Amino acid sequence: MEEIVKVPKQAEKGSGLTFWQRTYVPEIVRGLKLTAAHFFGNLAVHIFHLLGLWTEHRGAATVQYPEEMRGYSSRLRSLHRLTKRADGSPRCVACMMCETICPASCIYIVAAEHPDPNIEKYPESFDIDLGKCVFCGFCVEVCPEDAIRMDTHILDFAAYSREEMIWDIHRLLNNEPRRAEGIGQIRKMK
Amino acid sequence: MMEGLAVAAGKVAFSLFVLLNFVMLLTWAERKQSALMQDRIGANRASIFGFTWLGLFHPLADALKMVSKEDFVPAGANRGLHAVAPFVALFFALISFAAIPFGDQLWIGRHPVNLQVIDLNIGLLYVFAAMSMGVYGFVLAGWASNNNFSLLGGLRAASQMISYEITIGAAVIGLVMVFGTINLQTIVHRQGELLLGFLPAWGVFYQPLGFLLFVTAAMAETKRAPFDLPEGESEIIGYFLEYSGIKFGMFLMTDFVETVVVAGLVATLFFGGWQFPYLYRDGFHLPGGGILVLSQQVVCVIQVLTFLSKLAFFCWLSLLVRWTFPRFRYDQLIRLGWQMMLPLSILNVVVTGGVLLLLHR
Ligand code: SF4
Ligand code: SF4
Repeated sequence: MEEIVKVPKQAEKGSGLTFWQRTYVPEIVRGLKLTAAHFFGNLAVHIFHLLGLWTEHRGAATVQYPEEMRGYSSRLRSLHRLTKRADGSPRCVACMMCETICPASCIYIVAAEHPDPNIEKYPESFDIDLGKCVFCGFCVEVCPEDAIRMDTHILDFAAYSREEMIWDIHRLLNNEPRRAEGIGQIRKMK
Repeated sequence: MMEGLAVAAGKVAFSLFVLLNFVMLLTWAERKQSALMQDRIGANRASIFGFTWLGLFHPLADALKMVSKEDFVPAGANRGLHAVAPFVALFFALISFAAIPFGDQLWIGRHPVNLQVIDLNIGLLYVFAAMSMGVYGFVLAGWASNNNFSLLGGLRAASQMISYEITIGAAVIGLVMVFGTINLQTIVHRQGELLLGFLPAWGVFYQPLGFLLFVTAAMAETKRAPFDLPEGESEIIGYFLEYSGIKFGMFLMTDFVETVVVAGLVATLFFGGWQFPYLYRDGFHLPGGGILVLSQQVVCVIQVLTFLSKLAFFCWLSLLVRWTFPRFRYDQLIRLGWQMMLPLSILNVVVTGGVLLLLHR
């Protein structure tokens, strides 16, 4: 059987409050004590920091990006990079798998013949339009050569024009990963 | 004559210098203090030649931004009144500081200089009058903007200020009865005495309830959280909705000026103004009986510094309150004003009167 719930017409007026709570004063003092404790605690920590003491204890939860960065999870999909062979040439064999799977159709590869018959092909140009990319990571999953990765942990690649958002093979090859150790660990950037 | 003018100009300059610098520092302190209270860092990016100085340049950046922004007047607004309103609000807030004494008499050669811009017998009434004139600025702003939300904000401002002004007035009556004067300088002088031989005779020891009521009502007068219903920038929007640029900045400044004035008033009425405990005109009189002789000028400097520290403390307290409590609901606000604080302040007057009568018998 369904239980009928009676909805009160009017919210009940502060019946659960004691006399002192209704006078506000003790509760106000309690609140002020709490915030003042935070104020003086953090102030003390900041003063210690100015004197160069106790620096391992942070005075605020704020991460001063971009001077400081947090470590991200290793699964995070960030800016792409193309991996290299031992001789520094791209591992990519221009198989077009990534260009084909890309749901945003934002990878543009021009293939060329590689002098080494074992490799067959190499990308003459390899552009990713990051303005279109949806960061699904399919390109990484599909690559048979482990030639493309999204592990740089670079997230700040905004640009002023759409053209600048298109990364060519040189930029993609020279994308140094910028990883901070440990998830959530804060690291000072140079 | 010329000397008198020069002295008066000097005092006005000093008082405005203190007031406006406090206002500027308060905009900085508001950011930094709230940040510390909430485990944040606060604005620290404005820099000149790479120096940030704990974000002290942010008030400067604010001012530049405010001045350089478009001064927008909505269509159908009363242009004249729209322009006058922020000036009215700021002017009355600024002049109300004039009656607050920041030191005792300073002897320059043989001339005594009273460290107070205007030495009025009705000093307290003058401050209250100036503060309540300020509400015209807010009502005008709401009314002249040709915007219903502004108008409602102006109405909220008016009814809130009127409700709490009554409590402010009633809360200090007890104090006026104790000290027997409304001359602020005299009130401060009276607080230089000692209670029971060791306690400074500050108003708060005579009138603890009056102090609580006065501080609460005075905070409501400054229209800052938890009493910021006339403004409520982010959600209920108030009388300055249609203001931009430096006119908007003037309304913001008014709030800070009022905060400083209220802090000065609380210090003057309840915490001995410029009185430093045990410090008299000729130096420290220690309760044990010893005397530390100081020159008159040194005493004056200590007094002014004492007043400034008290001012800073009460500004800090007001920021602490502002960043601790959520806003009242409007009916709660009005109920608090009329049903709790007004009866309590009247009770305070009656009890004070009774006690005084008994003591003088
Ligand atoms: S992450 Fe997805 S959208 Fe971006 S390039 Fe790779 S496949 Fe295309
Ligand atoms: S899937 Fe890998 S190897 Fe094939 S084109 Fe893309 S990056 Fe190159």
